[in-house]
Amino acid sequence: MVVPATKPSLSGRHQIPIHYALSIEELSVSFGGFKAVDKVTLYIEEDELRVIIGPNGAGKTTLLDMICGRTKPTSGKIDFHDHILNELAEQEIVHAGVGRKFQTPSIYPKLTVFENLEVSYPKGRNVWGSLFFRQTDEVVRRIHEVAKEIMLDGVLDMEAELLSHGQKQWLEIGMLLIADPKLLMLDEPVAGMSVKERELTAALLKRICKGRCVLVIEHDMNFVRQIAHKVTVMHQGKILAQGTMDEVEHDPRVIEVYLGH
Amino acid sequence: MNTALSKLFGGRQGLLGFVILAVLLLIIIPSFLDTFRLNMVAKWLSYSFVAIGLVLCWGYGGILALGQGVFWGLGGYCMAAFLKLEAARSIASEHSDQNKALTTLGIPDFMDWNQITVLPWFWEPFKSFPLTVILIFLIPTVVAYIVGVAMFKRRVVGVYFSIITQALCWIMEILFVTRQGWTGGINGITDLRTLLGWDIRTSSAQHILYFITAVAALGTICVGRLILTSKLGKMLVAVRDMEDRVRFSGYDVANFKTFIFCAAAAMSALGGALFVLNVGFMSPKLVTIEPSIYMVIFCAVGGRLSLIGAVYGALIVCLGRTVFSENFPALWYFLMGSVFIAVTMFFPEGLAGIVNKLLGKIWGSPKAKAPPLPTTDAPAPTDLAKA
Repeated sequence: MVVPATKPSLSGRHQIPIHYALSIEELSVSFGGFKAVDKVTLYIEEDELRVIIGPNGAGKTTLLDMICGRTKPTSGKIDFHDHILNELAEQEIVHAGVGRKFQTPSIYPKLTVFENLEVSYPKGRNVWGSLFFRQTDEVVRRIHEVAKEIMLDGVLDMEAELLSHGQKQWLEIGMLLIADPKLLMLDEPVAGMSVKERELTAALLKRICKGRCVLVIEHDMNFVRQIAHKVTVMHQGKILAQGTMDEVEHDPRVIEVYLGH
Repeated sequence: MNTALSKLFGGRQGLLGFVILAVLLLIIIPSFLDTFRLNMVAKWLSYSFVAIGLVLCWGYGGILALGQGVFWGLGGYCMAAFLKLEAARSIASEHSDQNKALTTLGIPDFMDWNQITVLPWFWEPFKSFPLTVILIFLIPTVVAYIVGVAMFKRRVVGVYFSIITQALCWIMEILFVTRQGWTGGINGITDLRTLLGWDIRTSSAQHILYFITAVAALGTICVGRLILTSKLGKMLVAVRDMEDRVRFSGYDVANFKTFIFCAAAAMSALGGALFVLNVGFMSPKLVTIEPSIYMVIFCAVGGRLSLIGAVYGALIVCLGRTVFSENFPALWYFLMGSVFIAVTMFFPEGLAGIVNKLLGKIWGSPKAKAPPLPTTDAPAPTDLAKA
C-alpha cells in the first residue's frame, strides 16, 4: 500500500490516515480485457482541490465514473468519509455527499434555471416527498443564493436551453452546489469556454472549494495552474506522477507522455 | 386564490382552455345531441382518460406505453363484474324463461354455460360496490406497479419498454379469451342492466352517465395538472430529457417512472369503468393491441404535452373514425396511419401545439420573450486548448 511518506499513518487499523477524505485503493476496471483503470491508489485530503490531467484515454473520466457509481469497478475500494462507495447505488453515493458534473453540460433544457435548481434541491428526493414538496422561503432563498454564486441570478426564469454554453456549465455546477456536496467532481469544466468565462470559472472554483474536496479533470494547463492545490497525472490507466503543479510540470515522464517537449 | 388557480392550470391561457372544454362538454354537446349520439360521445370520452394518462406518462415522463388498453380493460372488467353479479341476482329473483334455462342461479350466465356451479373466489369481492370501486383502481395500479418495478429497476427504456407493454396486451387478451368460464371469453361480459338497482339502459340514465363521465374527465385533468405543477412534475421532465443527471443528483429514477406509469394506469382504469357503465358491456376485443395503439394516437393528435388536448384528440379521432369508417371502411386504416405519421413528423405537439402557436401569434407568447443575457460573452466552442 502506497502512503505518501510525508503523511504519517495515524490509524493502525488499515494504515490509512483518518484525515483523508477520499481514499481510493488498488482500483481497477477492465472492459473486455482492456484495463481502463489499473490499480490506481489515490488519497484526497479534506478541503483539497485536486486536478487530474493526462492524455485522452488515460482513464480520468472512468475514474470519476467509478467514484460516482456509473461504472462498477472490477476490483479495489473507494472509501469516502467511511462510506464504501463502490458498494452503493448511484443515488446513495449522492446522499453520501458526492456530486459529479459531466463533461458535456447536463442540464434540463425544458425547465427554467430556477426549476433546474429547484429540482436539484436535496429535499423531496422520493416520489411522495417530491409530490408534496413545498417551495418554502428557505428553498427560494437557497436557490437565489446559489444562482448568485454561479452568476445566473439575472436569468432565473429563462429556459435552460437558451443559456450559452458557459452558462450551462455553471448551471450544472450550481445544481451540484445546491445539494452542498462534500466531494465535488468536475469533468472538464471550462471546455469550450471563452477566456473571460474561464477566469470567472476559476474564481468560482476557488470560492466553492472551501469546506469540501474538489476533484477536477482538465486539459487547459493555464486553468490548472490557477486552481490546483495538487496535480495527479494519469497515463494508460495508471498514475504517472503526483505533486504540485511545479513538480509535475518538470517531471520528465510527464513531459514525455503529455505536456510535450 | 386566483393566482393559485391560474397557476394550477398553467397560466391564464390554460385556465381559459379548461373553461372552454368544460363549457363544451357540460353545456354545448349535451344541448345539441340526442341520447344516442350523447352516449356515443360518452364512450369516446371514456377513452380520453387513457389519453390524459399518456400525456403524463409519455409526454412528460417520456415513457411510451403501447399497452394502456390493459389498464383501461382491467378497470372495465372490474365494473362489468359487479354489474354482471347484480344482473345475475336479479335474473334469479324473477320468474322468466331465462332462468329456467340456467342450472345454477345467482351466478353469471356465461359461467353456467361453462359448467361452473360455484362463483370463483376472485369474483366474490365484486359483490360489494365499495370494494369494486377500490378494485377498479387497485388492480390496474398493482399490475402497473409490478411491470414498472420489473422494467424500470432493470433500466429497460424506450422502444424495448414499448414492445413489452404490447406483449402485455396480447397476454391479457389471450387470458381473457381462453378463461371463458371466468371472464365470458371472446363475447366478454354482456347484458348488464342495473347499478345498485338503477337501470343504466334508460335514456335518462344515459344522460346522467354522460355528465358523470364528463365531470370525471375534467377532474382527471385537474389531478394531472396537480401532478405536473408539483416538484414531481418537473422531475418527470428532467428524467425525460436528462435521465443520468437526475440519477446523479440523488434520485432513484425508477421510482418516479413507476409512479407516473401507475398514475396513468389508474386514470385509464377509471375510463374503462365509465365505458362499461355507458355502453353496458365489456369485451376482450377492446383491450387488445389495436385499441391501445388508438389511444396513443388520441394522445399524439391532441398534443402529448396537453392534458386538455388529450380529450380533444380522443373526441376528434373517434369522430373521424365514425364518419370515415362508415363511408370508406377500406380506406380508414390508411387514413388513420397517415394522420399519425403526419402528426409525429410535422406537429409533434399535436393540436394543442398548433393552437398555442396561433394564440402566441395573436397575444404574444410569454415564452418567446427571453430575458436579456447577462454579462458573459457569447459561447465560443473552441477546441480544447491542450497545452
